Amino acid sequence: MPKPKVAFYWCASCGGCEETVVDLAEDILGVVEAVDIVFWPCAMDFKKADVEAMPDQSIVATLLNGAIRTTEQEEMARLLRRKSQVLIAYGACAHLGGIPGLANQFPREQILRYVYEESPTTINESRQRPQLKFAENGREVALPELHNVVRSLDQVVDVDYYVPGCPPTPKLTKAAVTALLENRLPPKGSVIAPDVALCDECPRKATKPADIAFTQFKRPHQVLMDPEKCFLAQGVVCLGPGTRSGCEAACTVGGMPCTGCFGPTSRVRDQGLKMLSSLCANVAPKEEADINQVLAGIPDPVGTFYRYGLAKSLLRRKVNLPAE
Amino acid sequence: MTPENQPSLPSAAWKPRIVAFFCNWCTYTAADLAGVSRMKHAANLRVIRLMCSGRVDPQFIVDALAKGADAVLIGGCHPNDCHYAEGNYKCLRRYQMLQRLLADMGIEPERLRLEWISAAEGEKVKRVVNEMVETVTKLGPLGLPQKFAQWDEEMEHFAEHVAAGEAAADGGCTEHGTKTQPLETAHA
Repeated sequence: MPKPKVAFYWCASCGGCEETVVDLAEDILGVVEAVDIVFWPCAMDFKKADVEAMPDQSIVATLLNGAIRTTEQEEMARLLRRKSQVLIAYGACAHLGGIPGLANQFPREQILRYVYEESPTTINESRQRPQLKFAENGREVALPELHNVVRSLDQVVDVDYYVPGCPPTPKLTKAAVTALLENRLPPKGSVIAPDVALCDECPRKATKPADIAFTQFKRPHQVLMDPEKCFLAQGVVCLGPGTRSGCEAACTVGGMPCTGCFGPTSRVRDQGLKMLSSLCANVAPKEEADINQVLAGIPDPVGTFYRYGLAKSLLRRKVNLPAE
Repeated sequence: MTPENQPSLPSAAWKPRIVAFFCNWCTYTAADLAGVSRMKHAANLRVIRLMCSGRVDPQFIVDALAKGADAVLIGGCHPNDCHYAEGNYKCLRRYQMLQRLLADMGIEPERLRLEWISAAEGEKVKRVVNEMVETVTKLGPLGLPQKFAQWDEEMEHFAEHVAAGEAAADGGCTEHGTKTQPLETAHA
């Protein structure tokens, strides 16, 4: 019997998700034994044309990481969707838009101008920008175009499953691949991670106060943090209560508060708003001016509450930006 | 009236749609009082009764805007008067941060308003609603559903382009190659 075919692909992401696949370490040998990797540009020499030549639905599963931000990424997402029986959004960017989704606060022109002209490390006196088409010696080459809007994978094509995290852990990756190979998949649309908040598996949970009244929000670099006490009890913003568990509390064990990369649980539609609701309701003062003084300790609400989830939030993008 | 910078929206027919979250004990009762007292105010309001302003999840507010409301009004009991002692303070604190977040996301602060209206203040319901309708009328439509659709046009254009390319190269599948995928909307 031929081995099931599997593909990996990356779009707008940093490469950390590919790293996690490699972090399976010896376990990857078991995976390679069980499946045929037919496409993985990061590690193996297959081309787009090879995928195009495959019959539709011939790939059992594609694990795609990264947000969809360029025409090329969109084209590949559509192609791989067509060729795959199961499409898995792998990692925070494919799942929620991720860090690239924060670009949805700015117009495309401003981003291009900053990157190619204004950033302190850019020297570009002739103000050259990448051109979509360029002809030389009668041959034309083309570059993909940047979309105005950064999207999660499911805002572009139909997605079967989500493996969350920035990056997903090797353990979750293995669980997803095993479920796939053994045909024990959960209902379509599931996020393959426990459906409870991070606090559930956080070792600091015992010190989480039942009643919290913030008089000040402190940022991690401004305070010497107790290594065992709940971050919220120390006045440090931790997104654990509004974030899905499954990471084995990697950050809070490592001494940093949760920033929300696993996204919300299934009961929450908009992780950022839910977390805003929970944190701010527990501010101590009752007068407007005093409340605002405490809330000033969160200088960047969008970056704090939507660090990974802006593209997938209810508003998706700053609403007064141009569509073109 | 639609301002000139939003030409794609229906103009003459547009009237502000305001979603109101009123607490059961004070503001909803006040709105009821305004009704039985035969006070007249602008009819642009869609009132949703909740037990307390502390129940107003910021998701309700933003979801209302994302689904086509032009503004949201929250009404709760005056400070110290909350039926559940603390709910209105929780609402006020969330509101303060939500206003900052919405400003960062490009939504005018006038589109979200929080008012303390006691059960006896039918007159205040009338005043606040009329003021808000006037303000939002001046601002014009928020039109988020239309905006979301506009944003996704770049994908439809591109999908057509790819389909055309595949058809030309004869590399596409006859069944799917020339068809574009249905677009997922933000709220699917």
